[in-house]
Amino acid sequence: MDSRRLFSGSFSLKNIHPSVLITAVFLVAYPSFATDFFIFQIGAYSLILGTIALSLMMLAGYGGMVSLAQLTVAGLAAYLMAILGDNSMGVMGLGWPWWLTVIVSVLGAALFSTFIGAVSVRTEGIYTIMITLAVAVAFFYFVRQNYVLFNGFTGFAGVEPPTLFGVYWRDPVPFYYLSLVVAVGFFAAVSYCARSTFGLGLQAIRDNPRRMRALGYNVTLHRIVAYFFSGIVAGVGGVLLVWFNGRVSPGTVGVDVAIDILVIAVVGGMRHPIGPFLGAIAFVLLENFAIDLIDRERFNMVIGAAFLLVVLFSPDGLLGLWNRVRDRLRFRGNAQLSAERVNKDDPASSGSLEKS
Amino acid sequence: MPGTDALSRLQSTGQFALELEAVSRHFGALVALADVNMSVKAGERRAVLGSNGAGKTTLFNAITGDFPTTTGRVRLFGEDVTDLPSHERIRRGLRRTYQISLLFNGLTVLDNTYLACRGVSRGRFSLRRPKQDDSSMELAESLLEAVHLDDVKDKQVAELSYGQQRQLEIALALSGAPRLILFDEPAAGLSPTERTLLVEILQSLPAHIGFIIIEHDMDVALKVSEKVTMMHNGRIFKEGTPEEIENDAEVQELYLGHGGGHG
Repeated sequence: MDSRRLFSGSFSLKNIHPSVLITAVFLVAYPSFATDFFIFQIGAYSLILGTIALSLMMLAGYGGMVSLAQLTVAGLAAYLMAILGDNSMGVMGLGWPWWLTVIVSVLGAALFSTFIGAVSVRTEGIYTIMITLAVAVAFFYFVRQNYVLFNGFTGFAGVEPPTLFGVYWRDPVPFYYLSLVVAVGFFAAVSYCARSTFGLGLQAIRDNPRRMRALGYNVTLHRIVAYFFSGIVAGVGGVLLVWFNGRVSPGTVGVDVAIDILVIAVVGGMRHPIGPFLGAIAFVLLENFAIDLIDRERFNMVIGAAFLLVVLFSPDGLLGLWNRVRDRLRFRGNAQLSAERVNKDDPASSGSLEKS
Repeated sequence: MPGTDALSRLQSTGQFALELEAVSRHFGALVALADVNMSVKAGERRAVLGSNGAGKTTLFNAITGDFPTTTGRVRLFGEDVTDLPSHERIRRGLRRTYQISLLFNGLTVLDNTYLACRGVSRGRFSLRRPKQDDSSMELAESLLEAVHLDDVKDKQVAELSYGQQRQLEIALALSGAPRLILFDEPAAGLSPTERTLLVEILQSLPAHIGFIIIEHDMDVALKVSEKVTMMHNGRIFKEGTPEEIENDAEVQELYLGHGGGHG
C-alpha cells in the first residue's frame, strides 16, 4: 500500500514511509561498514539473483505464468556478452564495443523470452511449467554440446565489465553500486508499471482471462508482451551475472540453478516486487553460511529445510510472514489505543483513532 | 431519449444487429444448440426464456465466440464474424455479462471498470499509469455512478457484496460504445429492491443500444423486452411479443406451470 502511494505520481517526501527511507540509507551506506566479501559475494550477488527472480515475479505474480526459463533467458544474455564482446578462451569473442554488446545481449534475451512466451502462453499452470522447463533443459544441453558458438562444456571465461570513468567496475564497491542501481531501477519500474494500463491488464488476465477477452483484449498478445518485458529484466540480470562471475558455462544455466530462481521468488513472495529480493538475500546468506552450521555434505539439507519451513508456515513467502507479524503488532497497538480511550472515558472515543 | 436519432438511422438502413444462420453447437454427442436461426434488429430488446439446459447460455457463447460454433454462421451488424476471435467481436460493439460474475478480484472496482473502457480503445499496452483525466478513466467513473457503485470504487472486488458484484458486471458490459449487449441472468440472486434498480438501469439505456437478456424472473424479462424467444432443448420453440408469449397455451403448459400467470 505504501509503495502504491510512493509511485502514484504525486511524489513528495512526506509520503515516503520511514521504513523505505531506512532501507534506502542502509543500502547506500552498506559498503562503508561491510567487508569486501559481504559487499560482493553477498550484497551484489543477492541484488543480481533478486533481479532475475524479479523477472519471474512479474510473470508469475502479475500474470499467473510460472516460467522456469527465466534463468535460461538471463543465461543467453550472459553467453551473448562472451560471444559478441571479449573473452579469454579464443573462441568467438567478436570484440564489439561494450555498449553495443550489452544492448544486443539484452535485446537478444528479450526476443528469446518472447519466443518462449509465444510457445507457452496458450497453456496454463503445470503445462506452462513443463514447456518452460523443457526449454531450459534443451538450452542447457545445447550449449554443452555446441563448441562452435558456445564453446561446449568449458564455456567462456574472462568476461569483464569495461573500465569507465577511471573505475574498474568489477571491484566490489563499484560493482555493488552498479547492481544496486539496476535492481532499484527495475524494482521501481515494475512497481510503477503494475499500476499502468498494461500492468492492470496483465493482473486482470491472471484473475480472469475469459472475461478479458470479453472486454476486447487480445489475451495471448498481452501475455507475450509481458514475456518480452520480463526478458529485458532477466537479460540485464544476465549481463550483471556474467560480469559478477567473470565466466559463463553450461553450469550457469543448469536446471538446478533455474529451480533456485523459482525457490527465491516463491520463498520471497510473489505479491510484491520486493519479495524476490528478500528471497535472494535469504538464499545467498543460507548458501554461504549453512556450511558453518553443519558439515560439508549436509548443508543443502539445511537450505532445503529452511525453505520448506517458510513455505509451510507462510504460503506467500517471507513477504507474507512479515505482513502477518505487522498486522498482529498493529492490531495490538490499536487494541491498546482503544483501551486507553476507554480508561480515560473519552467522549469522542466512538470516532476516529486520532489522539488530539 | 438519447440515441433515438442514431436508432432511426440504423433502422432505416434495415440493418440487423445480430443474425444467426443455422447455428449448432455439439459437445460430443450432446446437441446443445440445434439449427438456431435468429435475427435481432439494431436497438431491439429481446428476452430469451427457457428452462435450464435449453441452450440459452450456449447461445450467448456462440454469439461472443467464447466457444466456437460447430456449424452455422454468426453475423454482427451485417458482418460475418464466425471466424473472428472473441476480442475482435467485442471491438465491433458486442458486450456480455456472465451468469456467474467473472470479475477481476485482485483489482479495485474502478480499475475493473477502467480496463473495460480501455479494452475497446487504443493504448491497451501503455506502460504509463492512467491519469485522473484520462478519457477511459472519466468514462469509468461516470459508469460507476450510473450503476450506483461510485462510493465503493476504491474497494477490491473481493470485498463487494453479491449484489454489488452483479452491478459491476453490468457496468463492465456498458463500457466503451456498446451496440448490442448480452445479459446472462442479471437478476439472479438479487433482492427485490436490487431488481427494481436493475430494471431501471436496463430501461434507461440509450435507444440505440439493443440487448438480449436471459432471465428466469418473468417480471424483469417481460418488463424490459419488446420481443421474446422461447428455447427448448437447444431449439427455438416460439417467438413473439411478451403478451403473445404470456398467453400462449403451449408456453404456459411448458414453463409457467399450473394456472399460468407470473409473479
